Amino acid sequence: MTTLTPILTKFWDHPQSWTLDTYEDNEGYQALDRALSLDPAELVQMAKDSGLRGRGGAGFPTGMKWGFLPPPDGGPRYLVVNADESEPGTCKDTPLMMAAPHILIEGIAITSYAIGCNHAFIYIRGEIVHVYRRLLRAVEEAYAAGHLGKDIHGSGFDLDVTVHAGAGAYICGEETALLDSLEGRRGQPRSKPPFPAVAGLYARPTVVNNVESIASIPPIVLHGDEWFADMGTESSKGFGIFSLSGHVEKPGQYEAPLGITMRELLEMAGGMRGGKRIKFWTPGGSSTPLFTDEHLDIPLDFDAVAKAGSMLGTRALQVFDETVCVVRAVDRWTDFYKHESCGKCTPCREGTWWLKQILGRLEHGQGDEEDLEKLLDICDNILGRSFCALGDGATSPITSSIQYFRDEYLRHLELGHCPFDPTDATLFASSNGSSSRTPAQEGASL
Amino acid sequence: MTTAPERSPAQTDLVTLTIDGVEVSVPKGTLIIRAAEEIGIEIPRFCDHPGLDPVGACRQCLVEVWMPGPPGPDGTPGEARQMQGPPGRMKPQASCTMTVAPGMIVKTQLTSEAIDKAQQGVMEMLLVNHPLDCPVCDKGGECPLQNQAMSHGRATSRFEDVKRTYPKPINISSQVLLDRERCVLCARCTRFSEQVAGDPFIALVERGALQQVGIYEEKPFESYFSGNTVQICPVGALTGAAYRFRARPFDLVSTSSVCEHCASGCAQRTDHRRGQVMRRLAHYDPAVNEEWNCDKGRWAFTYPLVGDRLQFPMVRENGVLRVASWPEALAAAADGLAAATAAGIDDTGVGVLVGGRVSMEDAYAYSALSRALGGADIDFRARPHSAEEAAFLAHAVRGVTPETGGVTYADLESASSVLLVGLEPEDESPIVFLRLRKAFRKNKTGVYAVAPLPSRGLAKVGGTLLASAPGTEAQVLDGIARGSSRATESMTRAGEALREGGAVILVGERLASVPGALSAAVRLAEATGARLAWVPRRAGERGALEAGAIAGRSTAEMVRDAAVGRLGALVVGGVDPYDIVSAGAGHADGVTIDTEDVLEAMRRAFVVSLEVRESAVTELADVVLPVAPHAEKAGTFLDWEGRARPFEAALDSGAMSDYRVLDMLATELGTPIGTRTLSGTRDRLVAEPEPTRPTAPTVEAGEPAEPGAGHVLLATWHHLLDMGRMQDGEPFLAGTAPATVAKVSPGTAETFGLVDGDAVEVSTDSGSIVLPVVVTEGMVDHVVWMPTNSAGAPVRSALGVDSGAVVGLRKADLVATVLTTEDGVA
Repeated sequence: MTTLTPILTKFWDHPQSWTLDTYEDNEGYQALDRALSLDPAELVQMAKDSGLRGRGGAGFPTGMKWGFLPPPDGGPRYLVVNADESEPGTCKDTPLMMAAPHILIEGIAITSYAIGCNHAFIYIRGEIVHVYRRLLRAVEEAYAAGHLGKDIHGSGFDLDVTVHAGAGAYICGEETALLDSLEGRRGQPRSKPPFPAVAGLYARPTVVNNVESIASIPPIVLHGDEWFADMGTESSKGFGIFSLSGHVEKPGQYEAPLGITMRELLEMAGGMRGGKRIKFWTPGGSSTPLFTDEHLDIPLDFDAVAKAGSMLGTRALQVFDETVCVVRAVDRWTDFYKHESCGKCTPCREGTWWLKQILGRLEHGQGDEEDLEKLLDICDNILGRSFCALGDGATSPITSSIQYFRDEYLRHLELGHCPFDPTDATLFASSNGSSSRTPAQEGASL
Repeated sequence: MTTAPERSPAQTDLVTLTIDGVEVSVPKGTLIIRAAEEIGIEIPRFCDHPGLDPVGACRQCLVEVWMPGPPGPDGTPGEARQMQGPPGRMKPQASCTMTVAPGMIVKTQLTSEAIDKAQQGVMEMLLVNHPLDCPVCDKGGECPLQNQAMSHGRATSRFEDVKRTYPKPINISSQVLLDRERCVLCARCTRFSEQVAGDPFIALVERGALQQVGIYEEKPFESYFSGNTVQICPVGALTGAAYRFRARPFDLVSTSSVCEHCASGCAQRTDHRRGQVMRRLAHYDPAVNEEWNCDKGRWAFTYPLVGDRLQFPMVRENGVLRVASWPEALAAAADGLAAATAAGIDDTGVGVLVGGRVSMEDAYAYSALSRALGGADIDFRARPHSAEEAAFLAHAVRGVTPETGGVTYADLESASSVLLVGLEPEDESPIVFLRLRKAFRKNKTGVYAVAPLPSRGLAKVGGTLLASAPGTEAQVLDGIARGSSRATESMTRAGEALREGGAVILVGERLASVPGALSAAVRLAEATGARLAWVPRRAGERGALEAGAIAGRSTAEMVRDAAVGRLGALVVGGVDPYDIVSAGAGHADGVTIDTEDVLEAMRRAFVVSLEVRESAVTELADVVLPVAPHAEKAGTFLDWEGRARPFEAALDSGAMSDYRVLDMLATELGTPIGTRTLSGTRDRLVAEPEPTRPTAPTVEAGEPAEPGAGHVLLATWHHLLDMGRMQDGEPFLAGTAPATVAKVSPGTAETFGLVDGDAVEVSTDSGSIVLPVVVTEGMVDHVVWMPTNSAGAPVRSALGVDSGAVVGLRKADLVATVLTTEDGVA
């Protein structure tokens, strides 16, 4: 049985968890002291040795990313923290920044020192204004305490941190679109090469890392790469925040070593809400292919999940019980992708527009079986053909849901409407234990 | 910095790869899509355009790529591996963004079924939101979307849902219309405007399928190059207001032609239907205009159709012009000219004013006629000019061509630095501007401009202003050459840059009005080793120079003499009398003429006018002989490089070009000049003896005028789009002309109590012009700038002066768009 490893989430339940004082009571900024006594190259090596893989979804080794920077040429180099957490279901960076912003700030200071950066940026999702304010306040505190600014901890190292709020676009979580947005342009992905490590922000060498990746750095520095590497599995070392949402008794953040299984997590979360059966779940947000109750014992690490046909992604475990119509869920996700497609490339822009219309029809029982083949073929024409991963992600719920729930799609067509009552899946429906469906809602649109 | 290294193909690093089983070697850095073109494989594409930076947006050009594996221990290349993503699934690559690599294997739609499917998938999606209104679309029949949908798409669409629709069309400028629902969002237009033209006034806005080309209302799409966006639009989303719904491509007859508007020499295609020009497009000529042209060249072709075309010869009888037969008119013209040559000593000779707009063949005929008449007074310069300029042209310009080592467009592109003097390329030679911008963007060419104010055009080529008041150019050039203590830092820097090798000095025709400036330009070129080229504004000037249409008395001298009876007759080509009002401005010897002199000269002398349309000369002419407009004649222009730009007649109208009319006239005079046919004229041109090359002019720089209280110096040049007669009849084009404003420096504004938006009155003894003022940072003090011939500000006819003159300046109460002249010419 895997046990939880509260490290980043250790003091989130403190009544003033976000303050500098609380953080300093919890080993705060000690890792920075240690880091500043080391050679930057040692820190990069430490990150590599820890085996830390990017926590933003793709799982690229963090230390290796730092190592891609060209040798210093005297010009500026940047660290950009991707805090544009927008994936449906993903909710780990937001509470982390809300509850313990100083972990991120300390991680930024250490990483900046490691990569030779004197100006770091946090690109935060614009909608989460309260988190933005809290982060601004934390940065202010850190400056005042000498953890940021000039001559940090007397080391001679200078660092400025700018917190920038985005304007509300999922695409800006794509690192090059984020950079364009940060530069004041429209957020659309850039052609690669050049990669950000070579020409990123303002065409200068740039490291773009996820919030949780950067926040994992202080514990690694403080406790050592071996301590970190001891946790997790062979391919996916360390711990991570698993965000359980949906039909579980106790949704929330569960920080555990990678490789924990869904079955274990469900148990920790008090099981399915109201004792219902699990129907499907996403291992890492809506862009990762769905899993079902067949997949509860798959170790949640990068390789095992990939082998099972999905992606670990951001460990956004959205749990759906038997009351949920998978067609409706996929339709709504697809609506999200259609809305968030930046419009740059044809497959994503036109494909999501088309997919949404077909799914909308199918959910209402309109169409025929050929529409399923059409959906799969459109997905085939988007996956790997779009400019960035947004288009790829849009196809995941569709192809995986048809793979596991084709019969349910067909059932819609047979009935001419959705066989489910959406209110059955709500909290109020499950609490009074009966369906609130009225005859008038039979076949109604929502 | 030195010149861009000359690279022969053999020295270029070649990369060998295999495309569809065919091995091909291309220079390193070549895009896959270009490499495929080399072996005749066409990969479908929309966003890709060789003139624009790659974007990889449309995804139509997907190909399968195999990269060689790491070499084995013995150095043999490893087995090629398919690019995949996710593992196990071939990941198509955009061939328009991926460059070639040694040993790469590429499979296009021809050899990869998966790629064929991927391309068909993209094509099907492109049509999801496209209205498929080809039957009523201007692009239908020449549409890359239509064509490639037929060649690379599915026969039928599976899309049966709801298309995105928009109200259509919307104007993004007065001349460019946008049908948003047809747009495939390839970003060619926005990239062109931003990258090539430097006018980022259109941009993609919104997102997803609702993404669309948008404008910013505070910065309208007033680009001189906007028409190119219509031409490179791969669908019918952007259309020209003038051409919309006028013709189908397959009904048009196309003729290769050359633009008649400026000396840039753009290759163009003239499309006509049933005897009427419907549109003009930029033609591809990599040595000159690449594939762009300016809006004036594209859309200003309606001027012969505005209702004042001269159809028949006319002779003046009892003070009134009447229609005459060709024999009668020719006889009358010959009689008048013969009388002038035979008259007494004080009343002798025939002057020939060629104008700057005729073909080289026409210019030769004027020159031959002039010699046949014995007088040999001929000048093509209908603008401020000087004897110094004539000497300069004979020394530094005549006979210089790309073949003889003259400065070319390619030289501008690879120049280490370029100094502009008396030349505002964006307004006066737009393709020179585009090439300078490309040089700046691609090769970091440093551009310096001796000018009174920092223009937007200069900013777009990253240029440095060497601020100088009009009339001080000679001193500034000498300062750059010598690096005197009075030289500013940027002048010193310019001097150093010009000495670095590979530098070019471009001088404009306006420099003729500054005594000593052209002499100083020659000295500067000699002192620095920079190469020197002259960029006239009008298309015919360079050819006229080569054809010998400059000899004897200058235009201003002829006018001065004719006005007092010392020149008996004038043969006048396409000349606007008001253009030569201030023609003597540059004469160091003080040939000053005014409006009255010009009119008196035309009244007093016997005038034979060769014109396309009725003009101010027609009113004063004794014999009027109609000649063909550009679209109806063949000939040759020389662009500013001296490059021959032969053009064909688009329309077969029976109208005669000037050379043919002059041949008849000469025959009538009994002195045949042999210019009856184009080929005959060309033969004679070739047979002309090489002119001798005189030494450079060494005119002393004049003392710059000192404006007194209430006065400033006038600086002026033509906007590309203005009130020029050859832009008549094209309201959509006129709608994007820059607003007419006067510009003064902050210091001058303070002196005269002016703020932005105030009205100023600029006046001379002849009249005044009232314009809104724009206070311009970086401009020299004691100077007011106005466009020469823009709406509400015809400087030459209203003020009777030109650049460098002292004019009165005062704050006016209100902006009047009409000026005050005695005879009310507007």
